[in-house]
Amino acid sequence: MRKRILPGFGLSLGYTMICLGFIVLLPLAALAWKASGVGIMGLLQLLDAPRARAALMLSFGGAFAAALINTVAGFLVAWVLVRYRFPGRRVLDALVDLPFALPTAVAGIALTALYAPNGWLGQPLFDHGIRVAYTRLGVGVAMVFVGFPFVVRTVQPVLAALDREIEEAAESLGARRWQSFLRVILPLMLPAILTGFALALARAVGEYGSVIFIAGNLPMQSEIAPLLIVQKLEEFDYAGASALGAVMLVFAFAILLVLALLQRWSRRWAELPA
Amino acid sequence: MTLEIRGLTRKFAGCNALEEVDLSIAPGEFLALLGPSGSGKTTLLRILAGLDFPDGGEIKANGRDLLSVSARDRKVGLVFQHYALFRHLTVAENVAFGLRVRRWRTRPGRAEISARVETLLERVQLAGLGSRYPAQLSGGQRQRVALARALAVEPDILLLDEPFGALDAKVRVSLRRWLRGLHEELGLTTIFVTHDQEEALELSDRIAVMNRGRMEQVDTPERVYHDAASPFVCEFIGSANRVNLSRGARGFAAAEWMPGPAPWGDEVDRAIAYVRPQHLALDVSSAAGQRGWLAQLRHIYLAGSVAHLELDVPALKQQLEADVASEDLPRLGLRAGMTLHVSPKRAIIFPASGSEPGAETRWVWNGERAAAVVPARGERVVNGIF
Repeated sequence: MRKRILPGFGLSLGYTMICLGFIVLLPLAALAWKASGVGIMGLLQLLDAPRARAALMLSFGGAFAAALINTVAGFLVAWVLVRYRFPGRRVLDALVDLPFALPTAVAGIALTALYAPNGWLGQPLFDHGIRVAYTRLGVGVAMVFVGFPFVVRTVQPVLAALDREIEEAAESLGARRWQSFLRVILPLMLPAILTGFALALARAVGEYGSVIFIAGNLPMQSEIAPLLIVQKLEEFDYAGASALGAVMLVFAFAILLVLALLQRWSRRWAELPA
Repeated sequence: MTLEIRGLTRKFAGCNALEEVDLSIAPGEFLALLGPSGSGKTTLLRILAGLDFPDGGEIKANGRDLLSVSARDRKVGLVFQHYALFRHLTVAENVAFGLRVRRWRTRPGRAEISARVETLLERVQLAGLGSRYPAQLSGGQRQRVALARALAVEPDILLLDEPFGALDAKVRVSLRRWLRGLHEELGLTTIFVTHDQEEALELSDRIAVMNRGRMEQVDTPERVYHDAASPFVCEFIGSANRVNLSRGARGFAAAEWMPGPAPWGDEVDRAIAYVRPQHLALDVSSAAGQRGWLAQLRHIYLAGSVAHLELDVPALKQQLEADVASEDLPRLGLRAGMTLHVSPKRAIIFPASGSEPGAETRWVWNGERAAAVVPARGERVVNGIF
């Protein structure tokens, strides 16, 4: 083995693996073990049940849509925070983290109060025929809220570190503003954007606390998969609950794996032997 | 293209980066903007590139106003100090960038773009590296990619900001000779910014010496080095010994040295002479009737072909530096600790107002060997007698 300059590789790796094992792998293994009680046929049956399918579709579809919205909105907020100096910038910067700090139940209740048909925002929207609270739209709103900080916080430092000379070089080579943005800035930001998207997506898929207040939880309509799992637990259907959990785990893992590969592709220029 | 810069002024918060700068650049000229950091040379370059804007003055390119043209339409090739390559694009994509962002009417076809990129990469000696990313290149290679990228858009002027600043000494020397060759081949009007006088002296047709936002002297390298127009140029270009003169009963003198009748009136009573280290004559003989200052040789610093001598001159209460060829050391019998006589062979003298020398009238003193020097504006050449 080559001699390493940094000491303690074996110790730190071993320590990390043990921590990771107890905190992450052990619960997941327990989940898989519990779920295996249902068997493959049981899993397929579960996926065939319309209610479970609708819940899974809503959880993943809603999370995907929310992550997309957060990517665009988060990028814009990060852009404004990094590129412009204006009064209240620091306050806005601090506000971005608020969805992290707020207990999700509080967020859910606040959003419900706001978007309920008699709420501040819900009333005018209801007058235009748009219902947010107690619908799928409400689920999306809650998911956008909890995932918002991720894209901002991953994009912001990379954008701040972006060399202004690169844009000047593009301009002096004849590129117009949108060409500089599409051909230079966006490709350089893509790895950070993908990371932010993946984090926002993962957060939204697993979100429970804020969603259940605003969703109304109508089966087949606005019921998310995590809620269905809780309901199965309340009915003492442990195998069914863990099976649904395992399905979510597999989907989430597959999506994150694809995103990780995409992310690696988007920064192929950085990971090369000199 | 011909560039005419008139009265260019640029103010930053609290200070003037450029003050009434005038400069004209001939087609095909290779001009160096030389000055210490903060002298305004990079500001001038950025204004020429259209990345910064002056508070006053004008720039005419072939008689047309350049300042009203946006950076992207100026046809200026700019090479940044740290190259500013697009690190997510390959070398070939970097070079092709300026062609690919053109409007489709003027954009060459795919085949033509790649052919032009290939030609350019050959010209900058990077053929075969087109598919690499900038992270995989050495500093000198990146520098040449930046150059090829700037040349790809067929600019009218090439601007280089400290082109060799980030390279190590060996690469720097070979790259700048190569750049000089490329300039002769292309004949492109080129302006480069540097704080390295050696680079400016070696490369350029003309040097514009800048200090605190002003042009101190714009001249050929020979004249900037041998006929410095101002005290700043004397001190900044090469090294120079600074000797204080004061007016006595028999004219200006610094201890035993009397350069002769000064070209100024009686209102000037003090002056400062700049003497290059190689313009100090050394006399080691112990015979009587020697001329010059008595000095003690403190140290001999051997710097390759030249040896720097550190001399202590009690009469002036200061140290002087003299240069001799290394191979002359044994012939002259020089060794540390000995005493000898030292006298200037040539000096440029400025009247001193207060403690800082003024640039009003230059006195080019050529010692006893009265070489005829054609006086420039407002100067007199006087040959003094020791």
